[in-house]
Amino acid sequence: MWQELLDFLGSPYNRDQVLVALGDHIYLALVPLVCGIVLAICIGWAAQRWRPVRAVALVLANLLFTIPSLALFLLVPSIIGTKILDSANVIVALTVYTTALLVRPVVDALDAVPSHVIAAATAMGYRPIRRFVAVELPLAVPVLAAGVRVGSVSNISLVSVGALIGTGGLGVLFTDGFQREYYAPIIVGIVLTVVLAFVVDLLLVALRRALTPWQRASGQPAAAEPADSRGGAI
Amino acid sequence: MLGDLISWFGDGANWRGSGGIPAQLLAHVEFTLISLLIAAAIAIPLGLFVGHSGRGGVLLVGASNAIRSLPTLGLVTFLFLLISGAEAAAIIGLVVLAIPPILAGTYAGVSEADRVVVDAAVGMGMTGRQRLWQVEVPVALPLIMGGIRNAVLQLVATVAVAAYVGLDGLGRFLLDGLKILDYSAVAGGALLTALLAVLLDLVFALLSRIVVPQGLRVAARGAAAGGTHP
Repeated sequence: MWQELLDFLGSPYNRDQVLVALGDHIYLALVPLVCGIVLAICIGWAAQRWRPVRAVALVLANLLFTIPSLALFLLVPSIIGTKILDSANVIVALTVYTTALLVRPVVDALDAVPSHVIAAATAMGYRPIRRFVAVELPLAVPVLAAGVRVGSVSNISLVSVGALIGTGGLGVLFTDGFQREYYAPIIVGIVLTVVLAFVVDLLLVALRRALTPWQRASGQPAAAEPADSRGGAI
Repeated sequence: MLGDLISWFGDGANWRGSGGIPAQLLAHVEFTLISLLIAAAIAIPLGLFVGHSGRGGVLLVGASNAIRSLPTLGLVTFLFLLISGAEAAAIIGLVVLAIPPILAGTYAGVSEADRVVVDAAVGMGMTGRQRLWQVEVPVALPLIMGGIRNAVLQLVATVAVAAYVGLDGLGRFLLDGLKILDYSAVAGGALLTALLAVLLDLVFALLSRIVVPQGLRVAARGAAAGGTHP
């Protein structure tokens, strides 16, 4: 098996293919992550203001998160009218998962902002929108970051399923290896997926630390990360 | 699109035989439940032991996080080449993927059981075994059931993906439909898979209401909101 692996990686053609797949994979996993974060924050903001939005958003988030990945990849085109083998389907589906995963943490985190902090910001002359962006949102970062970490691992693992509907990414190495009964690409694909998930996770931890300087300044331990409720890849 | 879908569901031929909707639905549920049972038989005792004794917690959390990031398709195709039998390979892969959520739920439930409650049990003179079974396990049940529900979702999704290496189940409609460009079968299969996942999640939600002790539910209502598994 080792020899096979070395042979596979020895060929410049294979190395190029793997790099292209890795690039696609990063793109297909991270674009939905960013879109999902933005959407979840918007929904969280709305849920904070209007009770009905909150109820509907939480129920819908639970329901959408339940749908299996392959099924969602194939249901998206009949809902938004894209072609069935379009990689946009994967991006939309993973955005839906990320949003669904993050809505509850965002709502919980915004709920947890102490009312005296909001009152102080209002008294200092912050208008609602600016108060949300400059005061409430930063305070929600620790909880949000925990959810984003789960979402990034889940997205990175799920992009591979997209290979079954013809999108790029490291999943191509699995279908390729399977068809040729060839271990090497499969092993390379698995290792790269796990390493990618790990590296992105480290970056997210660094980002959270950079965004929450007060936690270091006051020597507080990082906010307890909520038990990873719906986490993992679906 | 909707018309195609209705005529696909309306076509009697899709409901008959070993490749029909009822047979594939049953196969999907069967693979899900078998893998769930095996995974639970491994993960729950392990989680209880580590949570109760407090030994190896870091190792366990690290290992289950690593497994979580494994791509399901990669694992299933790798095992298929290694074992060269669709069912055995798929079930091993399914079990591997279902273990982390159950393990994490069990471990978190037992190790995060309220110290006051555990200390009270010690103070009452309970032995380690009594404490585990009469205090820590009941208190951990909501989280254990949460882990099982996550595992079920993971399994329903992965059984569909494992159709790629030839496993039966609703994934057949998806992948076979794609191969012959029969998009109404694809959409129908996708809808059925989604419905099955929602339905099974509801069944296990109900089950967890039944098995979680009454006292805990009252306590949870008191503590208000923010349960781990919504």
